[in-house]
Amino acid sequence: MSSKPTKVYFYGTCLVDLFFPDAGMAGIQLLREAGLEVIFPQGQTCCGQPAFNCGYWEEARDVARTQVALFPQDLPVILPSGSCAGMMKVHYPELFHGQPDEAKVRAFSARVFELTQFLVEVLDVKLKDLGEPVKVTWHSSCHAVRDLGLKGEPQSLIGQLSNVTLAPLAREHECCGFGGTFSVRQPEISGAMSCDKAADAEATGASVVLSTDGGCLLNVNGTLEAKQSPLRVQHIAEFLWERTHAR
Amino acid sequence: MHVESEIHFRDAAAKALLDPQLRANFRRAMDGLISKRRAQFPDPRDLQDLRDLSTAIRSRSLLNLPDLLEQLEASCRKNGIQVHWAETCEQANELILGLLQAKGAKTLVKGKSMVSEEMHLNAFLESKGIEALESDLGEYIIQLDGETPSHIIMPAIHKNKDQIARQFSQKIKDAKYTEDVDELTAMARKVLRQKFLDADAGLSGVNFAVAETGTLCLVENEGNGRMSTHVPPLHIAVMGLEKVVARLEDVAPLYSILTRSATGQAVSTYFNLISGPRGTGEKDGPQEVHLVILDNGRSRIYADPQLRATLRCIRCGACMNHCPVYTRVGGHAYEAVYPGPIGKILTPQMEGVGVRHDLIHGSSLCGACAEVCPVEIPIPEILVRLRREATHEDAGSKVEGRGTGRTATEDWAWRLWAGVLKRPTLYRLAAWFATRFGKALPTGAPLIKDWTRTRTKPVPARRSLQERMRAEGARHD
Amino acid sequence: MTNATADARSAILGRLRASMDTGPLPGLDTAVLERRAWPAAERVVRLRKGMEAVHTEFLDATPADWPAVVRAFCDREGLKNLLFGPASEAGAALADAWTPGGTQLLPYDRPVETFKEELFTGVDAGFTDTVGGVAETGGLLLMPGPAEPRLMSLVPPIHIALLRASTIQNTFWSAVKSLGWGRRLPPNALMISGPSKTADIEQTLAYGVHGPKRLIVVLVQDLS
Repeated sequence: MSSKPTKVYFYGTCLVDLFFPDAGMAGIQLLREAGLEVIFPQGQTCCGQPAFNCGYWEEARDVARTQVALFPQDLPVILPSGSCAGMMKVHYPELFHGQPDEAKVRAFSARVFELTQFLVEVLDVKLKDLGEPVKVTWHSSCHAVRDLGLKGEPQSLIGQLSNVTLAPLAREHECCGFGGTFSVRQPEISGAMSCDKAADAEATGASVVLSTDGGCLLNVNGTLEAKQSPLRVQHIAEFLWERTHAR
Repeated sequence: MHVESEIHFRDAAAKALLDPQLRANFRRAMDGLISKRRAQFPDPRDLQDLRDLSTAIRSRSLLNLPDLLEQLEASCRKNGIQVHWAETCEQANELILGLLQAKGAKTLVKGKSMVSEEMHLNAFLESKGIEALESDLGEYIIQLDGETPSHIIMPAIHKNKDQIARQFSQKIKDAKYTEDVDELTAMARKVLRQKFLDADAGLSGVNFAVAETGTLCLVENEGNGRMSTHVPPLHIAVMGLEKVVARLEDVAPLYSILTRSATGQAVSTYFNLISGPRGTGEKDGPQEVHLVILDNGRSRIYADPQLRATLRCIRCGACMNHCPVYTRVGGHAYEAVYPGPIGKILTPQMEGVGVRHDLIHGSSLCGACAEVCPVEIPIPEILVRLRREATHEDAGSKVEGRGTGRTATEDWAWRLWAGVLKRPTLYRLAAWFATRFGKALPTGAPLIKDWTRTRTKPVPARRSLQERMRAEGARHD
Repeated sequence: MTNATADARSAILGRLRASMDTGPLPGLDTAVLERRAWPAAERVVRLRKGMEAVHTEFLDATPADWPAVVRAFCDREGLKNLLFGPASEAGAALADAWTPGGTQLLPYDRPVETFKEELFTGVDAGFTDTVGGVAETGGLLLMPGPAEPRLMSLVPPIHIALLRASTIQNTFWSAVKSLGWGRRLPPNALMISGPSKTADIEQTLAYGVHGPKRLIVVLVQDLS
């Protein structure tokens, strides 16, 4: 995208919609603050990833089709999730391969961005930290990095905040154990991975775990809560918004 | 949403997770392998270029597979290597038995071969009165205990030295108890050198088979592979039909990326190129060399353009070293010859996707495996494809057991899921209920019960993002 | 070929042919291999560094004095005997320079069957020539054959190998090309980077598991 757009679509994702609406609101505010008009189509549900990953592609397509239809204009579609953005950007073209509406879906996929990716690559935002000194740690979601190809955009945003220290996890790139249906189909393995991730986060000495994905956040938060750890999780969008706005 | 077959990987994994020694052994070993591999690829561009080249070489080999196999056969024959074909493991076992019996062989020393594990060759030969002795130190250790490999490169990785010390002192004649690795190694050396000396035949796998020159390439550190293939009068090599490569030149980058990816070694101690039995004037080497080419489901995997990528595998084991699941449960939990990510896609394709439905779902699809795979096998994509094959009997696909993992419960669940999510009004209603009453869901409810084993119950926000945006009157066209 | 294996052959090849694609072959970009290139003197240093990292020992020698260097090593180590190939050029040169007394030269000039037991239990070291080396990773290239049998570099506990600095190639890939191995290979050829080793017990390196416990490279400095 050569010039900065003036209008964007925002796709909340189901997990942010139901569990982290503040993160969704923060993402929208960050975009508005950068001077963009944000269109939030009603009728958003889910990107279809759970069914796709389980092999139920017809069901995934049915849902995906209704989502694509919500974004007719040639505008960027911004998601506060690396995993859902990866689904829409990378896996939709596979899911619709050979379908009559493949071209339309491909054109949609090309417009999809994860929020931090858009803030850094397209908007090149400059952040001013207004918060108290704090130590945070970063959990990189597997799909954000490996499917979507995030290359440190969230970390570079955190790096702009002068009062924030980023203490890396010992195993930053290891899966937190969520994996969608994996967490309930293989609860023992998933639980072991989640507990290790929580312990890794605690060992950093940070007071908050940041991530770009609702699934990871839900998982890590639930695990920390079960351990009665004082450590909490926060979506990066919400964290960035709070840090740049004095309360 | 549990189907019957899902139970066994889950159970075996759950059991493994309760063994702190096993978990510590694997974690320590995998951490070591990960950092050694990383040190071998300091330049990301070199790594990517080498992966691209290796992937291209393997893809070309597969594109030309039948031609290359015929060329390999002709080149081997010219070199004096006798070539045999087997469609199934049973055929391959019978073939090898026949070769051994024709020479009156009673003892066989083996270099490491995963294909022979696939064939359960040792048990078969033992039942026919032929001793089959593993000579790779790791394989020897597990054979003493009647175990199977827990890793394709380091078969005894699940054991620590105390366990091995105890085992050696009990099972090797005149052995004293010691936890000194050099002394343990020396004990095995003593036993095995006598076996090499006495063996009637040797068996090896094949890392790469070169079509143009009729050469069998073997990668190893210990020297047991050379012992097994050069000392006894008869050498039998077994290979999966995908192992063929056009030219020796092509083997060079594959070899380089194999040792680096597998154990983080720039080079192995030995890279042995065998192109024939003892030649004219030669004073040693086997009198006969036989090559057994095994199918065992590979030609069926080959038939599918997407699944064919599975056959690019060069068996380095990097996918298991980097897998968060494998690292925690170890190789035996998979109850398969090939564990870890590659096993999760290979085993169901060989044995049937319905039969090994459990393995296909034993992954969080995190993608760590594909990220390190030297030949860029898209393991998560293939897993998703196999999940589809397991539950859908699509026309045209040749996947073994397709559709047999389908259950009415799961079908119903996904239909309901789509029914709600493709209708915004229904979703809105569901979201309204979830945000108002989600808190009240009992922890014993299906799915929530499994989730809350190690986590608190997820509680939806009081108002959804959509609700808040509607209230705000945000533009929504 | 028996009937069973002939049937298997045609069934397997038939299935493979039925699903063969006729797409274009992906290109092979070997730039990453070509980039691995060093001047001759640096190749020697790299090879040595790579091999020393896996416990290979080096003895420096000149084109004239290498037999004396081998001899001095044998005497120093108190070796009872040294297996060599009398028909190889290096073997013959070694024999010519060998003075009586001390380590005894043992020719490998008959089929292994006639002295297998002795080879396994009564030989202290084996001496072989090499046809080159690999700088990138460290490694010796050997072509065993009638003059230098295969087991000389494998069975005795010490392997002494003669390497001329001028024969060190950049990579295994470039060596395969310059030695013509890609066109024709003897029944056995190999690369050796160090003494036999294993890490099968708790990832702990142990040397001398099945093959030689020590690898000694007599490095002949013949670069002009």
